Amino acid sequence: MKQRKRSIKLFDPALTGTAIQQSFIKLNPALMIKNPVMFTVEIGTAVMLVVSAWQAVTGDTTQGALWYNITIFAILFITVLFANFAEALAEARGKAQAESLRKTREDTPAKKITATGNGFSKETTVVASSTLKLGDHFVCEAGDIIPMDGEIVKGIATIDESAITGESAPVIREAGGDKSSVTGGTKILSDRIIVKVTTAPGESFLDKMIALVEGASRQKTPNEIALTILLAAFTLIFIIVCVTLKPFADYANTPITIAAFISLFVCLIPTTIGGLLSAIGIAGMDRALRANVIAKSGKAVETAGDIDVLLLDKTGTITIGNRKATNFYPANGVSNKEFIRISALSSMSDDTPEGKSIIELAKSNIEKSDTSKVILFSEDLSGARFIKFTAETRSSGVTMANGTRIRKGAFDAIRNMTVKAGNTVPAETEEKVKLIAGNGGTPLVVAVDDEIKGVIELQDIIKPGIQERFERLRKMGVKTVMVTGDNPLTAKYIANVAGVDDFIAEAKPEDKMNYIRQEQSSGKLVAMMGDGTNDAPALAQADVGVSMNSGTQAAKEAGNMIDLDNDPTKLIEVVEIGKQLLITRGTLTTFSIANDVAKYFAIVPALFIASIPALQSLNIMNLKSPESAILSAVIFNAIIIPMLIPLALKGVAYKPIGASALLRRNLLIYGLGGIIAPFIGIKLIDMLLGVFM
Amino acid sequence: MKKNVLISLKLTLVMIILCAVLYPLLIAGIGKVTPGGGKGETLSVNGKVVGYERVGQKFTEDKYFRGRPSAVDYNAAGSAGSNKGPSNPEYLKIVQDRIDSFLVHNPGIKKEEIPADLVTASGSGLDPDISPASAYVQVKRVAAIRKLQENKVRTLVDEHIETSLLGGPSLVNVLKLNIGLDKMSEL
Amino acid sequence: MSTEILGTIIIFLFTMMLAYPLGKYMAKVFNGEKTLTDFMNPLERLIFRISGINPKESMNWKQFLKAMLTINMLWLVYAFFMLLFQDKLPLNPDGNPGQTPDLAFNTAISFLVNCNLQHYSGESGLTYLTQLIVITFLQFVSAATGIAALVALFNGLKEKTTNNLGNFWNYLVKSTTRILLPLSIVVAAILAFNGTPTSYDGKDSIVTLQGDSVQVSRGPAAGMIAIKQLGTNGGGWFGVNSAHPLENPNYFTNAVETIAILLIPIALVFALGFYIHRRKLAKVIFAVMTFLFVIFCTINIYYETKGNPAIDKLGVAQNMGSMEGKEVRLGAAATAFWSVATTSTSNGSVNGMHDSLTPVSGGVVILDMMINALYGGVGVGLLNYFIFIIIAVFISGLMVGRTPEFMGHKVEAREVKIAALITLLSAFLIKGFTALAAYMVIHHPEIGWAVKPSAWLNNPSYHGFSEMLYEYTSSNANNGSGFEGLGDNNIFWNVSTGIVLLLGRFLPIIAPLAIMGLLANKKFIPESPGTLRTDSYTFGVMTLVIIIIITALSYLPALGLGPIAEYFSIY
Repeated sequence: MKQRKRSIKLFDPALTGTAIQQSFIKLNPALMIKNPVMFTVEIGTAVMLVVSAWQAVTGDTTQGALWYNITIFAILFITVLFANFAEALAEARGKAQAESLRKTREDTPAKKITATGNGFSKETTVVASSTLKLGDHFVCEAGDIIPMDGEIVKGIATIDESAITGESAPVIREAGGDKSSVTGGTKILSDRIIVKVTTAPGESFLDKMIALVEGASRQKTPNEIALTILLAAFTLIFIIVCVTLKPFADYANTPITIAAFISLFVCLIPTTIGGLLSAIGIAGMDRALRANVIAKSGKAVETAGDIDVLLLDKTGTITIGNRKATNFYPANGVSNKEFIRISALSSMSDDTPEGKSIIELAKSNIEKSDTSKVILFSEDLSGARFIKFTAETRSSGVTMANGTRIRKGAFDAIRNMTVKAGNTVPAETEEKVKLIAGNGGTPLVVAVDDEIKGVIELQDIIKPGIQERFERLRKMGVKTVMVTGDNPLTAKYIANVAGVDDFIAEAKPEDKMNYIRQEQSSGKLVAMMGDGTNDAPALAQADVGVSMNSGTQAAKEAGNMIDLDNDPTKLIEVVEIGKQLLITRGTLTTFSIANDVAKYFAIVPALFIASIPALQSLNIMNLKSPESAILSAVIFNAIIIPMLIPLALKGVAYKPIGASALLRRNLLIYGLGGIIAPFIGIKLIDMLLGVFM
Repeated sequence: MKKNVLISLKLTLVMIILCAVLYPLLIAGIGKVTPGGGKGETLSVNGKVVGYERVGQKFTEDKYFRGRPSAVDYNAAGSAGSNKGPSNPEYLKIVQDRIDSFLVHNPGIKKEEIPADLVTASGSGLDPDISPASAYVQVKRVAAIRKLQENKVRTLVDEHIETSLLGGPSLVNVLKLNIGLDKMSEL
Repeated sequence: MSTEILGTIIIFLFTMMLAYPLGKYMAKVFNGEKTLTDFMNPLERLIFRISGINPKESMNWKQFLKAMLTINMLWLVYAFFMLLFQDKLPLNPDGNPGQTPDLAFNTAISFLVNCNLQHYSGESGLTYLTQLIVITFLQFVSAATGIAALVALFNGLKEKTTNNLGNFWNYLVKSTTRILLPLSIVVAAILAFNGTPTSYDGKDSIVTLQGDSVQVSRGPAAGMIAIKQLGTNGGGWFGVNSAHPLENPNYFTNAVETIAILLIPIALVFALGFYIHRRKLAKVIFAVMTFLFVIFCTINIYYETKGNPAIDKLGVAQNMGSMEGKEVRLGAAATAFWSVATTSTSNGSVNGMHDSLTPVSGGVVILDMMINALYGGVGVGLLNYFIFIIIAVFISGLMVGRTPEFMGHKVEAREVKIAALITLLSAFLIKGFTALAAYMVIHHPEIGWAVKPSAWLNNPSYHGFSEMLYEYTSSNANNGSGFEGLGDNNIFWNVSTGIVLLLGRFLPIIAPLAIMGLLANKKFIPESPGTLRTDSYTFGVMTLVIIIIITALSYLPALGLGPIAEYFSIY
C-alpha cells in the first residue's frame, strides 16, 4: 500500500486525552448496552462496588478481605475503561482525520448569486458557506476557496485539490462532461466558474463519513452483527457456567466468594474482542479515510473485502495515460533520418498526446544520433498549411509552402489515398503494420505526396508494477477485468502483458453494466470504478462502486465510495482494507476465546483448592495462592485490551497466500498464540504480585 | 395440518405392523431353527436341566469353582451391575472383604495370586465365565475338598478354556467346568 | 491383553470397510437410483398408497419439519398411553405392572427421541407387547426420523439454490424398508444363532447345579437388540443391556453389535459425500470425527486395561484390567472400545457398567456425549456436526478476510444466531439441570419423592456428582446410557430428563434444517481462489478446534468437579 498522506501517531497526546475523557462518558449504561459483553462486565463491576461498600460498612468478612474485593473492583473498573478507551481512541482518530478535511471548508466566504427577477443576475453577496443551501449557485474566482461541494454549471478552471487529495498538480474542471464536480475546501487557481450546490449542508459525503466514524450514526455491519451475536452466545454460556458453579460448589462443600464468581465470569467472557470490536470497525473506516477514500457506509468497506471481480478502465489504471510512439520504421529506400523528419513535420500541429509523443520520440532519436537536429527544427514552416484530423479523412498532416503534402494516418486511410494516386504500397510497410497491430500497438502510416514513406509504431505503456498488483489480486481470489475501447486484438495483447484475467474490448457504457449483471447473476460480487455520468448505472449496479472525486455528481451519488485521489488503482487498496477489517475481527475473536483455556487453569483450581486438594494438580502454572491466581487472571484480562489496541487500530495484515494458508497462519498465531500467551502473562503477573502479597 | 395428521395416523399403523409385528415374527421364525430354538441354550445333567449355558449361576460351596461376585446374587430375572465407582470407599471395603474371604477359603494362596475378576462384580451380575487364572487359583481348594489330584483338576480346567476369534479373552465357563468336575468326582 | 487391543482395531477397520459401500448404497437409495433392494418397491408403494402419501411431493424446510413434528407428536401420545396401560393389554406372560405416569412420560419420550434412557429395568418394567409395538416400533421410526432429517440437509447442500428439501414421508419409509429393516434382519439372525433368545416364552424356572431355584428372564430379544444397535437407540431388552449374556452371548456377537452401533452413523458421513458429490468434504468430516474418536478409544482402552489403581492397592492381580462392571467374555479392551462407540454415536447401549469405569474413561464418555457429533446418532450426528461447521465457517471466514460462506451460501447473522442458540442449548440443559439436581441433593435431601434426593446417588463425592452430570449429558445427547447407580425412577428425574430429552432432540434437528433452509434459499456463490474451502483439511482442523474449545469452555468446571477430581484423588 502506498504511503499514507496524513498519519496520526497511534497515541497522539491530544487524542489520547479526548479518548480518556470519552472513556468515562461511555460508562453510561445506556451506551454500554450496545456492547453486551462489556455491559455484563460493567454490571459485575457495580456488584463488586456494592460488595466492597457493604463490607466496609458492616465489617463482614465472609466474602474475603476488603482490600481484595476493592482490588477486584478496581481492576474490573479499569477493564471497562480500557474497552471504552479503545473505542474512544478509534473514534478520536477517525474524527481527527475527518476534521482535518472539514476544517478547510468551515466558514469559507461564499459568493452567492442572488436571484433577481426571473433569472440570475450578476449580483453576488458574500455569505458564510454554512448558509448555502441545496440548489444555490455561487461564483468562484482565481484565489478563492470553494465553499461547498457542487457542480460547475458555467466556466472552466484550474483547481488545486491538494487539500483533499494531497496531490499538488492542479487539475482542470469544466462545466458539462465528466469533470464538472468540485469539492469544498479546494482552491481555484485560475479562471472563474459558477457552481451549483449539490448537497445540503451537513450531508456532504465528508459529513456522512465523519458521522460514521463518530459513532452517532454508525450502524453495525452485517458481519459485526453476526459476530456480536456469537459473542453474546459465548457470554451466555459463561453465565451458565458461573451460575451453575454455585450449586456445584455447594455439592463439593466449597464456599466461593462473589469476587471469585465475578472474576471467573469476567475472565471467561470474550472481553478482549468485546472491548475492541467497535474500535476495529471504526479503525477500518479510518483506514479507508486515510487512503483518501470516503466510504458511505461501513458495510461498503466490508463488502470490498468480498469482491470477486474488479472492473478496471485500461487508460489510467493499467496503462499510463495514452499511447506513445515507440518506433519509426521507414520503408525501403527511405533513410531513417528522413523518415523521422517527415514524421515530425506531420505532427507539428498535432496536439493529441499521440502527436506530441511522436515529436518527443523524434527529438530523442535525433539527439542521440547526430547534428541533424538543426535541419529538423530550424525548418522553415512559414507558409505551411496544417491539416487537422477529421473523421472523414482519418488522417492529418501538413502541406508545406512548396506544396509537398505530408500525411499521417491509419493504414487504411493512407493506403486508399496512395492507391487512388496510382502508387503501390511497399510490402515491408504492410508487413510491419500487421506486426505492430498484432503486438497490441497502433500503426500510423506516413506518406509524402501520396507515396508511403514508412510507419510509426504507437504503443500503450503499461504502468510499472501493475503486473505484481494483479498477481496479488489473483492470489486474493479477485478476478480482474480490463475495460477498453480498443479493438479486441489490441485489448487481448494488453490484457496479456498486464496480466488481467479478462477484458471487455470496444466497450460501450452498457457493456460494463451487462458484464456486472452477468457476474452478479452467477453470485459474484463486483467492484468498479468510474467517473462519468454514463458510468452511474454501472456504479449503482456494482456491489462496490468507487467514483472518482473528479467525477460527476451523478457518478458520486451512484457509487458507495468516493476516491479523493482519483486514483484508479485505489480499488486494490480498498479490497485490502475490507479484508483487513474482517481478519482483525476474526483473529482477535480467536485470540480472545483461546485465552480462556489458561484462565480456566488459573481460576478453577484456585476456587476449589481449599476443599478439593486433588485439584492442585490442575494448577499447572504453579500460581502462588488462590487470591494471587485470581488477581493475576483478572489483571491479565484487563491489560491485554490496551496491549491489543495498536493491533486493533492498525489491523491485522492481510497476506494473499490463499485462504487455507492464511487460515493456518492466523490460527497458529492467534489461536495457538492465544492459548500460550496468557499462560506466560498470568504466570509473570503472579510472580510480580508475589513481591507484594 | 389435517393432511399431516391423517397421513401420520395411517403411516403409524402400517409401520407398527411392519416393524413391530412382521419383523419380530420373522426373527422368531429364524430363531426356531437355531441351536437353542430361540429359547436360550440349556445344559443338562442326566437329562435334567441344570441351567442356561450363557447365564451364570451362583456357586457358594467350596467344592465348586466359584463364579464372579454378582451385585444381584445371580438373579437371572433382574440383571444388574454394582454400579460402584472406582474410588468409592464403601466399594473398596467390599472388595477387601471378598479378598479376605477368598484367602480364608483358599489357604496357601497369596493375595497377589488372586485375579481381580474373582473379587469384582460383573456388569450383568450373571457373568457365566471366569478367566483361566481365576479357575487355576481355585484348583488347589477344589482338589483338596473333592480329594482329587490337583493336576487332574488342572487338566480339567485346561480342557475347559475357551478362546475366541478376533482376539477375545480366554475364559472358562463356570457351569460347564463344574458339571465336568461333578462327572470327574463320580468316576 | 495385546490381542484384545488388536481385536478392537480389527472391529473398527471392519466397520469402516462395511460403512463405505453402505454409504454409497444409501446415497443411491435416497437419490432414487437403482439398488439391490428394489424388490422393496411394491411394499413401499403399498405403504404410500395406504397412507395417502405422494412420495414425490416436494417440501420446503418448514413443511418438512411440520410433517416430522406431527407424526412424532402422535407417536408420543400413543407410546405414553400404551405404557401406562400395558398391564391391561395382552402378551404379558411375566405379569408386569403398568408404568407410573411419570415413568411412562419419561419412557415414551426417551424412545421417541431415539435416546432410550431407561428408568425401568427391561425384565420387569415392560411387557412383551410394549417391548414390541412401543419400544421396537419407536426404535425403527425414531432412527428413520433422524435419517430423513439428514437427507433433507443433504438436499439443501446438493442444490445450488433450492426450496425443496425432499419429502419427509418418503425418506422415513425408505430409511426403514431399505436400511434399517434389512440390516436388522441380518444382525438379529446372527444373534439368534449365537444364543440370543427369540421366542415368546416367559420366564423359565430352573434348579441350578448347586440346587438353588432361580428364574431366568427370556423373550423375543434378538430382533429388538439388532435395531437398538443399528438405529443408535441403545435401549436393552434386559436391564443391563448388552452386558447381559443373553443379549450379547460371546465375543463374536460383541464384535457384531459394536459394528452395528458404528455402522450407519459412519456410513451416513460417506453417504454425504456420495449424495452431494463432494467426497472430499465427507473425507474431511470423517477424518475429524475419527481423529477424536480414536483418541478417546485409546485413552479408554489404556485406562481400562491398566486397571483401577485403588484395586491395585488392595494387592490383587489386575492382569485383565479393571473388571468391576465388566464381563469376562468381553474383556476390558472391548468394553472400553464399546464405551466410546456407544457415547460417540448417541447409542447408549452398554456392554459393561459405565458407572464403574475408571475416572478418566468415565470423563471421556461424558465428554464424548457433550460433543455428541463424532459420527453421532443416526442422522442427527451429522446435523450436530453441521452446527459446529457453521460456527467454524463463521470464525474462519473472518480470519481469512471474507464474509463467511459454506457451500456457496453466505453465513450471516440469522444462521449464526440459530447455531449459537443450539450451542448454548446443550450447555444450558446439561449444566442447568445438573446444578438443579446437585442443589436438591444438598439443600433438600429429604423431599418425599419415590427416591429421596439423599438416596439418589449410589456413590459419594465426585463420583456421585458424575452420576448426575452423566444423566443429563446422556439425556441431552439422546444417548440413553447412564451411570446406572443413580436412583432415577422418581418424578424429579423422570420429568426433568424427559424435558431435556425433548429439547435435546427436536431443537437440534429443527435448527440445522432451518439454517439449511435459509442458506439454500440464498443466491449461490461459486468458489473462487479467495474462498476458504470447507473440504480442506485446514478447515477440518478448524472445526476440530471449534469443537474442542466450545466443549472445553462450556464444561470444564463440571468435568473438573466430577471425573477430573476423582482422577486426581486416586492416582
